[in-house]
Amino acid sequence: MAHPTYERQHPGYYALLVGLIFMAVGPIALMFINSFKLDVDIISGTSGLLFMPTIQNYETALCDILPYELDHLDFCALKFGGAFINSLIIALVSTALTLVIGCMAAYALVRFRFMGRDTASLTTLMVRMVPPAVLLVPVFGLWNNEFCLGNDALLGGLIRETFGGRGDVCLAGTHSGIILIYVAMNLPFVIWILQSFIVQVPYSLEEAARVDGATPFQVFFRVVLPLIKPGLAAAAIFTFRIAWNEYLLASALSDRDTKTVPILIVNNMSEFNVEWGVIMATGMLLAIPPIIFTLFASRQIITGMTAGAVKG
Amino acid sequence: MRTARLNRLTPYIFMAPAALIMGIALLYPLAYMIWGSFRAWNPSQQIGETEFVGLKNYITLWNDAAFRESLGVTLKFAVSVVSIEMLLGVGLALLLDRNIRGMSVLRTLFILPMMIAPVVVGLMWRYMYHPTVGTFNRMLEKVGIEGVDWLGQNALFSVILADIWQWTPFIFILSLAALQSLPQSALEAARIDGATGWQQIWHIKLPLMMPVLIVTALLRMIDAFKVLEVILVMTEGCPGLSTEILALRISRTATEFRELGVAAAMSNYLLILLLILTGAMFAYTKLQEARAARLRAAAEDG
Repeated sequence: MAHPTYERQHPGYYALLVGLIFMAVGPIALMFINSFKLDVDIISGTSGLLFMPTIQNYETALCDILPYELDHLDFCALKFGGAFINSLIIALVSTALTLVIGCMAAYALVRFRFMGRDTASLTTLMVRMVPPAVLLVPVFGLWNNEFCLGNDALLGGLIRETFGGRGDVCLAGTHSGIILIYVAMNLPFVIWILQSFIVQVPYSLEEAARVDGATPFQVFFRVVLPLIKPGLAAAAIFTFRIAWNEYLLASALSDRDTKTVPILIVNNMSEFNVEWGVIMATGMLLAIPPIIFTLFASRQIITGMTAGAVKG
Repeated sequence: MRTARLNRLTPYIFMAPAALIMGIALLYPLAYMIWGSFRAWNPSQQIGETEFVGLKNYITLWNDAAFRESLGVTLKFAVSVVSIEMLLGVGLALLLDRNIRGMSVLRTLFILPMMIAPVVVGLMWRYMYHPTVGTFNRMLEKVGIEGVDWLGQNALFSVILADIWQWTPFIFILSLAALQSLPQSALEAARIDGATGWQQIWHIKLPLMMPVLIVTALLRMIDAFKVLEVILVMTEGCPGLSTEILALRISRTATEFRELGVAAAMSNYLLILLLILTGAMFAYTKLQEARAARLRAAAEDG
């Protein structure tokens, strides 16, 4: 399949490659190294690789979930552990929901002719470009004031009796509030990408299944879904990446208990005296899941990226 | 009979969850925002209690020097970022399109910068740009040059540089994919006719890649208007308004100045800008499809 012979290239070509790799990975490597340095070492600039690596920064960052007491810290100010769990819940749940809902919609748009199909398809394409900053104002207003359960409406009273609290129960400040906006934000993109994968599934396969007496749902779950696994993987990674990394909407919607990791990082950056070591350790912890995905699924990511742009 | 009705309902059942969620959490908020942009609205008010002020928010913004500067900064940022990234990305793709061992490793390393959280990217670059502890000034110091005030006087340039680092690989990978899917016959013919490397690039490769390149550039342009977190962490829009792009200004107007109506009007301006770009992209792909269909029809006739 692949060409067994590789062309030999000019030495300058390899030099260029090395330079490019250094530029692409350098800043990340720098952050990785610095996250193992004490602030004294970072600031004094005893440069290079000559330093005593320490995991103290990571201990400070994770102080609220470590099983042992830390000597260098009297008070655990950075609640990274809790934020990490919030991020994990929000990213995983919203990715799963987006995928299920998105691939059903993509399938309907590709395989069926129905009333309103063109409108749905065009709307999906158009809302893809809406930036999070544009959603900030309405989402802040709606999630705080309108998407609430009043005392006498629906389950409002019941929820308050069970969980306590005063006044209205609103979407803002809950995990579900953030998950809802992430699912909505990612859906257009996921539908768009999956459409290009579903088109490639040979229609004869589906017809054969239907002749054998399968219902539309069986055809979808038993025949189509297994065939578009690469597309699903790509879509899952992109959705997870956005939900995991997003800052703006999460900061507007979360409260003290539902903070995600990006919020924590931004809050600590805006302080006057930045603790570089700790903040870089936090950044590294936030970056690790996407880095792992990239290393193990780069082929799917690249397929997804090209499918999104090339076969628009 | 029952199956027939089920079959007719199937597409709607498949569409329903997506339509419901996008309706509640995207389309309704957008309508709500457009409605709110005509009102004097602050965060403590319900929208029903606010006063209708017509186009006042839009006109105030249009005459607001700060808004205009922010619009200018946004356009400057988007245009320079996209053009530099296109040049670099396409150039690198043409240069590196060889049959070498380890190309997939290279691509994997190249996509790392765009997978990492924008917040973390901002954090890394803010460290590297730091006037005293930062990497760049340390290096300059070693060679004996005086340090540069990266995030001070040259803030916009520094922010652009960070974005180029993060997103050039995107264009590189897409143009590489486009290059590798070019019809081999055309390239072969050119080679046999004795075209030099440059002639092949100018007269064959670039024109054939053009449709993909234009879509890529438009996609990147739309994304450039969405950039917020990197700049927020690096400069917070400072110094002055020199790096305060529109997205950042919207969030500040809403949270710091507490003028939701004005922020909504500003969001609408940004939305109109993006709508034009998306429209252009849509029209372009439709045009391409029509042309391809015409060519195919002509080929079948002849």
